[in-house]
Amino acid sequence: MSYSDKVIDHYSHPRNVGTLDKSKNSVGTGLVGAPECGDVMRLQIEVDENHMITDAKFKTFGCGSAIASSSLATEWLKGKSIDEALKIDNMDIVEELSLPPVKIHCSVLAEDAIKSAINDYRVKNGMEPIALEKSHH
Amino acid sequence: MDPRVLEAMLPYFTQKFGNAASRNHPFGWVAEEAVDYAREQVAKIIGATEKEIIFTSGATESNNLALKGVFEMYQQKGNHIITLVTEHKCVLDSAHHIEKMGGKVTFLNVKADGLVDLQELENAMTDKTILVSIMYANNEIGVIQPVKEIAAIAHKHGALFHTDATQAVGKIPVDVIADGIDLLSFTGHKLYGPKGCGALYVRRKNPRVKVTAQIDGGGHERGMRSGTLNVPGIVGFGKACEVAMQDMAEDAKRLSALRDKLEKAVTEMEETYVNGNTEHRLPHVANISFKYVEGEGLMMAMKDLAVSSGSACTSASLEPSYVLKSLGLNDDLAHSSIRFGLGRFTTEEEIDYAIEVTKKAVTHLRELSPLWEMFKEGIDLDSIEWAEH
Repeated sequence: MSYSDKVIDHYSHPRNVGTLDKSKNSVGTGLVGAPECGDVMRLQIEVDENHMITDAKFKTFGCGSAIASSSLATEWLKGKSIDEALKIDNMDIVEELSLPPVKIHCSVLAEDAIKSAINDYRVKNGMEPIALEKSHH
Repeated sequence: MDPRVLEAMLPYFTQKFGNAASRNHPFGWVAEEAVDYAREQVAKIIGATEKEIIFTSGATESNNLALKGVFEMYQQKGNHIITLVTEHKCVLDSAHHIEKMGGKVTFLNVKADGLVDLQELENAMTDKTILVSIMYANNEIGVIQPVKEIAAIAHKHGALFHTDATQAVGKIPVDVIADGIDLLSFTGHKLYGPKGCGALYVRRKNPRVKVTAQIDGGGHERGMRSGTLNVPGIVGFGKACEVAMQDMAEDAKRLSALRDKLEKAVTEMEETYVNGNTEHRLPHVANISFKYVEGEGLMMAMKDLAVSSGSACTSASLEPSYVLKSLGLNDDLAHSSIRFGLGRFTTEEEIDYAIEVTKKAVTHLRELSPLWEMFKEGIDLDSIEWAEH
């Protein structure tokens, strides 16, 4: 299988790899996927008092497309408000990385990770969680 | 492909282009002679005689012919076939086809090291068993089955023994007489011959074995496989067998040393495991799981190495290798596996390079892996409730 240049770039030089302190109230953590499915993404955001995302980190167990999808997601999250971040759609990731149809699930997982991290932050800070649509699955 | 094989084939595309079945002109005679000679070369590598060789388009066709052909030929005698869960898809799917035709098939499990449990085989035999089909060596983990013992059990109960020896012929000594094999499938391209040319060995004596043709037509190959012979392919297959017989012992010694070097070096990394029995194993195969790293992601870093992954991230089912799962490996370990295949043209420099690339890639991907981080923090991954996916 051939990968797009952007996937190869994110895979070889992943952006924002790392771990934020998940015990902090300002940090939201999303852990999605499962080892037996061959994909696990952990995406974390640090949010300031204006609900702006100041930092984002990820770690991913998965194929090159999964790594690239989560790496790209962290780039896009930084500087967005948590409401803007909710608008990131998996198809935007598919388009940006030129993912083939068999790899669309990687982008779905990245979108799930974003929403899951935002919800974690929201719940920690006394907000209602956003209902997650499961229509992709 | 081996250059010696290509050289032998070339004239049969250009000057010697006759049809081996055309007996009334010299072009046909030349082709027929070449096929006869190749048939001897192909028979010799498995200790058979030339009349016991049926040329096919490859191991998939040979396996189809062996299973379906025996089932049809011997259905008066019985309808039960025994095979292994770790067989190649073409054997498993032929077996499923036989089930649809009214046959009964037992799919035996393997032990954790990939070997068949002979006692289980013995227990599965019935008076309706007409065929035991168990591969000589496995394509993913390289494990070599105890064929002689399997043959003895099959024969004791009056059944025939077929083996898919695609991975074994040309790599290790195979002898249909000593091993007690009644039918054997193999193919040219696995021993540095051309693709699209294989053979089925069908025993002619003690007992005389017959198969019902699955391709009908002009009655080529003594009626067991119709169709114009692929003369250049057959010549190449023959030459490849001849070369393999000369080089096998030397190749095996050299490749197992290189394989062991690779395996020793990469398993020095923590949480790295070799899959399958390492004592009864082909000399050129290593199947290794690098825990907490996903195989396809790992392969991407090794794109210039001859590797494949037990993970199947591209398939719609997301199911990892059924062979590794049947060894009792958890899905996550199966997803973390890489199969290294060495060949006649693999050099020591390439192995050193492979070691370096593998170690670097595994280290890089573990730094990226949330599972590795959890493992390092002492978190039991089984205790986590993973999201449905």
